[in-house]
Amino acid sequence: MAATALPRTRGHARRAPRRPLGIVPTGVLVLGAIYTLFPVSWVVVAATKSKAELFSTSTFAPGTGLLSNLTDLFAYRDGVFWLWLLNTLLYAGGGAVLSTAVSTVSGYALATYDFPGRNLIFNILIGGILVPSVVLAIPQYLLFSKAGLADTYWSVLLPQILHPYSIYLARIYARAAIPGSLLEAGRLDGASEWRLFRQVALPMMTPGMVTIFLFQFVAIWNNFLLPFIMLGDDHRFPLTVGLYTLLAAGANQPSLYNLIITGTLLSLIPLIALFLTMQRYWRTDLSGGAVKS
Amino acid sequence: MRSPKTGARAGRAGAAPYLFLAPAMALFTLFMALPIGYTIYLSLRRTKVSGLGLGKGARTEVFAGLANYAAAVGDGELWAGWLRVLGYGALVLALMLGLALVFALMLDAAHVRLARLTRISIFLPYAVPGVAATLMWGFLYLPSLSPFGEHPFLSADLVTFSMANVAVWGGTGFNMLVLYTNLRAVPREYYEAARIDGASELGIALRVKIPILVPSIILTTVFSVIATVQVFTEPTTLRPLTNTISSTWSPLMKVYRDAFVTGDLYSAAATSMVIAGISLVLSFGFLRIVKNRAFGEG
Repeated sequence: MAATALPRTRGHARRAPRRPLGIVPTGVLVLGAIYTLFPVSWVVVAATKSKAELFSTSTFAPGTGLLSNLTDLFAYRDGVFWLWLLNTLLYAGGGAVLSTAVSTVSGYALATYDFPGRNLIFNILIGGILVPSVVLAIPQYLLFSKAGLADTYWSVLLPQILHPYSIYLARIYARAAIPGSLLEAGRLDGASEWRLFRQVALPMMTPGMVTIFLFQFVAIWNNFLLPFIMLGDDHRFPLTVGLYTLLAAGANQPSLYNLIITGTLLSLIPLIALFLTMQRYWRTDLSGGAVKS
Repeated sequence: MRSPKTGARAGRAGAAPYLFLAPAMALFTLFMALPIGYTIYLSLRRTKVSGLGLGKGARTEVFAGLANYAAAVGDGELWAGWLRVLGYGALVLALMLGLALVFALMLDAAHVRLARLTRISIFLPYAVPGVAATLMWGFLYLPSLSPFGEHPFLSADLVTFSMANVAVWGGTGFNMLVLYTNLRAVPREYYEAARIDGASELGIALRVKIPILVPSIILTTVFSVIATVQVFTEPTTLRPLTNTISSTWSPLMKVYRDAFVTGDLYSAAATSMVIAGISLVLSFGFLRIVKNRAFGEG
């Protein structure tokens, strides 16, 4: 998208008298890319090393232990790593779907209706951006305990559905994507408000919903504090908490390093795959590229 | 700001908008308002021990006034944590946002190659969980595994820098993308005028693009400050690899320890309210800026 548009929009700038700066921006960006790819490429190589190779061969020399590392990892505590992976998919997938649904209807209502209390509700919901997770996570745990729901899937899933920033994004997107005249026309035709939302607004909001889903999926996938506080039984852990306990157990046993490194690599693959395949939906600005004054 | 269309598009449909907003409001009540209220309640309570503290009924919960807050504010360990986080946060903010700004400007420069590839690469750590990022760098810091030789990355002197590096690595790409998206939204003609006036690319970056980015920079700064004040994942994950990170390294780690290790919920509640208060003060400017800029129509 943006990159393909570059040569055309800037072609005529080449006639400008000065053009020596190409090396500087390209060089700086390549250095940045090397910095960010360095630890990822290290973990890819390190995961192929056997226990002995990890400490003996040179850093970026591939090893011969990938298969045995994978076998060891999946045998660890009767295959609990698989469970962590599935749990993470459940938390991130389920949570992001619910979160996108709630954000979309909320954003739609805030963007297209004029009703008493609209600004108040918007400010209350958006104010949640400013509430530090610490103020929420511990009392959430205590309240879930009282309801007998601590250390359950619900305790990790439910608190992550409401996401103020997604509501904000959905509202911006609804404003930019849905022509008010279309809703008015539908109303004149006698369509119900729910039908207007389902059949007129929802299709128009879909690209924005994908973006909201992706950001929320990543946020839940990467979350550590909430599941760390809520969960005690490692059969319900997501990958982040599982990897942490693996490290806490194995930090003093270099023989476990291979497991931790292989587990780290596997925890990256699904997200990086999602990230690379959904490139065009990773947008931080949902107002349709329009310049906001 | 208010577009002429908004008046026309605003429907008057009775209960519909309230029904659409009901799920969000219900979730807000249950998972935000209630926990916040409960934290405030707990922060004003304490355990009263009567007699020797033995037997049923010897420990009762009583109103404590602001005693827990006084204790939190007077707690040397907590202040030490704030100081550590202040140093760490200053490093992270300066490096992360500085790099993000430089990369965004480079991506938007007139002559640049490999822009797409490098942009994706630099944004990639966004898809890496903080725990995984800390594990990767943590191993790279270990003298037995490090390709950088025997530097004591996790020693008391360097551990703050090492931890800041993890956060910079993880956060630069997202901030770069926010700033770059903002730059892409500016019509190219805007720069043509400056070019015709003889401005160099560097001059355009410094005198035209950076001023355009100021609101975005403030926004990303405030978001980063909120995140940094609550730093928890990186020090917690790095802790098993070194003995230079205490269990109260950051204020949030102290809250966790008070609540779940020491079992003093009341002081944990008060401390988390203090952290929240500091975050709120820091982000107050943000709300005003955001209100004026993006929500001005609302």
